[in-house]
Amino acid sequence: MTYGLFLSATDKKPMYLQIVEQITSKVLLGDWPAQMALPSIRELAADTQVSVITVKRAYADLEQAGVIVTHAGRGSFVSAQPDLQQQLQQQELAQLLSAAVAVARQLQLSDAELFARLQQHLVQPR
Amino acid sequence: MQQFAFEMRDISIRYPHFAMENISLSLPKGQVMGLVGVNGAGKSTTIRMLMGLVKPDAGQINVLGYQLPAQQVQAKYDIGFASDDMRLYKSQTLQWHMDFIRSVYPQFDQAYAKELLKRFELIGEQKIKGLSHGQRVKACLLLVLARRPKLLVLDEPTTGLDPVARDEVISELAEILRDDERSVLFSSHNTHDIEKLSDQIAFLDRGKLLALQDKETYLSSWSRFRCQLAANASSGNTSADAAMPVPGAVSIKRHGQLAEVITDQNSAGFAAQLALAGFQVLEQHRMSLEEIFVANVKRSR
Repeated sequence: MTYGLFLSATDKKPMYLQIVEQITSKVLLGDWPAQMALPSIRELAADTQVSVITVKRAYADLEQAGVIVTHAGRGSFVSAQPDLQQQLQQQELAQLLSAAVAVARQLQLSDAELFARLQQHLVQPR
Repeated sequence: MQQFAFEMRDISIRYPHFAMENISLSLPKGQVMGLVGVNGAGKSTTIRMLMGLVKPDAGQINVLGYQLPAQQVQAKYDIGFASDDMRLYKSQTLQWHMDFIRSVYPQFDQAYAKELLKRFELIGEQKIKGLSHGQRVKACLLLVLARRPKLLVLDEPTTGLDPVARDEVISELAEILRDDERSVLFSSHNTHDIEKLSDQIAFLDRGKLLALQDKETYLSSWSRFRCQLAANASSGNTSADAAMPVPGAVSIKRHGQLAEVITDQNSAGFAAQLALAGFQVLEQHRMSLEEIFVANVKRSR
């Protein structure tokens, strides 16, 4: 049995973050539907060959982000929030926007210039 | 109450040219501990004490609830040990060894042993003297793993293995993670293997315990910054001594206007300290266990 996580030690991101991101994408894409039971921490650790403590940390982060819920003694489940997908996409948009702002600051663009650039993208035909 | 797979308390042991003083080391049940250190750091001595093979001059050792070395006979039914200098009988076959181990340890799991034979691509009828180094290492591991010991102690389990064989061994070790009653202690120069599977990291150097922490906390407390020195802080020469001290920095290397700073107290507070000392952060990197290992050893010497 394999859970289809693709982890790599040469990825710049730490292992726990790779697990967080890949489980989040599975939920976003609907591969892991709401209320689906997640593998236990030990099972996922053995399956992906990473330490138990790393998976534990990933699950804690996922729970904090609202992607999963954990019931003591019963395990973890994909969150049943009806607007979870939207929330995650909102978070993603917020991250991309702040990344764009950071690059703009490095380029020493003024706020007006950055607005203008964004405007250009908005009027571009799709 | 926290249950320990093993617990060493205030251990001291002295040899003519090597000593360990006041070492306390314990592993909670169900966890994996990686023991890291250069040659001669005290890894094998630590393992030998845990196996009851040497008696410390002072301190207490408890393994799986048994006092060592006094109760080592009982303890050893539940401990599996493999090291790279373990000897098998050259003129006997692997199957002969499997039968022999089974006669000593009734819990030897024959079905699992057969499965391991296949996965490690070993042949039971082959004599030990005909095996390659890698095959011999895998044979030793098979004999230990098939007993499903509560505590598995491995001294350099992947040394001298080719990448494919190493992957096979790591896969089998990962299987142990499924069982929360089983614990593993392994030592390795290969920090990559340890970084992957360990819950706890123990760093030994020259008989001293430099660090003992859970891996996630440990890895995230170290960080490397590539910095540019603010113009007013630059004193115009390239000497490393001229760099301003930053509290929490393990090392500061400076060349011209650029500098590399390593810390073991990574936090927002440290970044603020850097800025205060005139270092403008260009990039921040996380460090691999290997890089941390080298930085840690250099600092302590």
